[in-house]
Amino acid sequence: MAKTAVQEFTKGLWAEIPPFRLVLGLCPILAVTKTVENGIGMGIATTFVLICSNILISLLRNIIPKKVRIACFIVVIATFVTVVELVMQAFAYPLFLKLGIFIPLIVVNCIVLGRAEAFAAKNGVVASLADGLGIGLGYTLSLTALAIVREVLGNGTFYDIPVFGPTFEPFAFMVQAPGAFVCLGLMLCIMNMLGKK
Amino acid sequence: MTDYILLIVACIFVNNILLMQYLGNCPFLGVSKKMETAVGMAMAVIFVLVMAGAITWIVDIYLLKAFGLEYLRTLSFILVIASLVQFVEMFLRKSIPGLYAGLGIFLPLITTNCAVMGVCLINIMEEYSFTQTLVASFSYAVGFGLALVLFAGIRERIILARVPKPLQDTSIGLVTAGMLSLAFFAFKGMV
Repeated sequence: MAKTAVQEFTKGLWAEIPPFRLVLGLCPILAVTKTVENGIGMGIATTFVLICSNILISLLRNIIPKKVRIACFIVVIATFVTVVELVMQAFAYPLFLKLGIFIPLIVVNCIVLGRAEAFAAKNGVVASLADGLGIGLGYTLSLTALAIVREVLGNGTFYDIPVFGPTFEPFAFMVQAPGAFVCLGLMLCIMNMLGKK
Repeated sequence: MTDYILLIVACIFVNNILLMQYLGNCPFLGVSKKMETAVGMAMAVIFVLVMAGAITWIVDIYLLKAFGLEYLRTLSFILVIASLVQFVEMFLRKSIPGLYAGLGIFLPLITTNCAVMGVCLINIMEEYSFTQTLVASFSYAVGFGLALVLFAGIRERIILARVPKPLQDTSIGLVTAGMLSLAFFAFKGMV
């Protein structure tokens, strides 16, 4: 294997950053980015699931039969999502309530299954760990970036702290559903302008 | 009866699963380039979603709640959905090979379509009765299909337009979805 673990890690931050380069996992990115806090929380939860499932699947890759591999991957992922769900319920209950349905829905986040199928099932443990960490951090970065744009413009706050002062009229379009789509579309456009690698 | 009509309208238009609840966006952007595949996908989702809604409701009430195993909900729901999708896949391959070829990679991806899992979870959270679950699942799926087909129609026209290079493909798709979502916004407050 020519690529080192460091390369696997850094590719998730720029060359294959989700969801801009890999157009996967759009639902949570649209839904939870109303505030920066939610965005970061969701990013961390997804990163945890990605890393753990990548490691376990990479360890089990020679044992899992080819034909039922998707089902096996899903069980592994669902297990870790349940772990995240219970941990968040215990230690971050307000955030758990805010993210609501989107915590169990990490199971069906295409990025997690996509990385398991495309990477962890074929590579060693260290490389898979680096890949999971890189993609996870990249995802968290994208979530945060979008959340910053939407919260600052749509609510006039950043992490619940007002930025523009009292005269600012919030651009409510941004925190609603249509704003999420348009904002993500424009960010994708900017990413494309910055150049394909 | 009025309750059910309100539920149907709410699920199809007001709380449209794709444009208002942000669920199921991967297939929304993935299979919406051609009308044919969009219709196929919409049909597959309607079929899977109604069955999944019914089965997960039964599993939740008679297995999980009966034995106090609510924390296994995520795990059991995804297994039910995954096996259902497998079944639909085998059925389509045997009976409608043309459609099967058209849907290609996106049929197994219904498993990871958050709309399916999401609706099952919403049904449980709203504490619907069994009939309400069936009606809501069906209406949500119809809403999904409606949005998908509308979007596919718009996208087929966009291909003919001259779009600036950085905006092409997914990017303009998302902006268009935003406009469509804005249109659906008009339904807000109806129910």
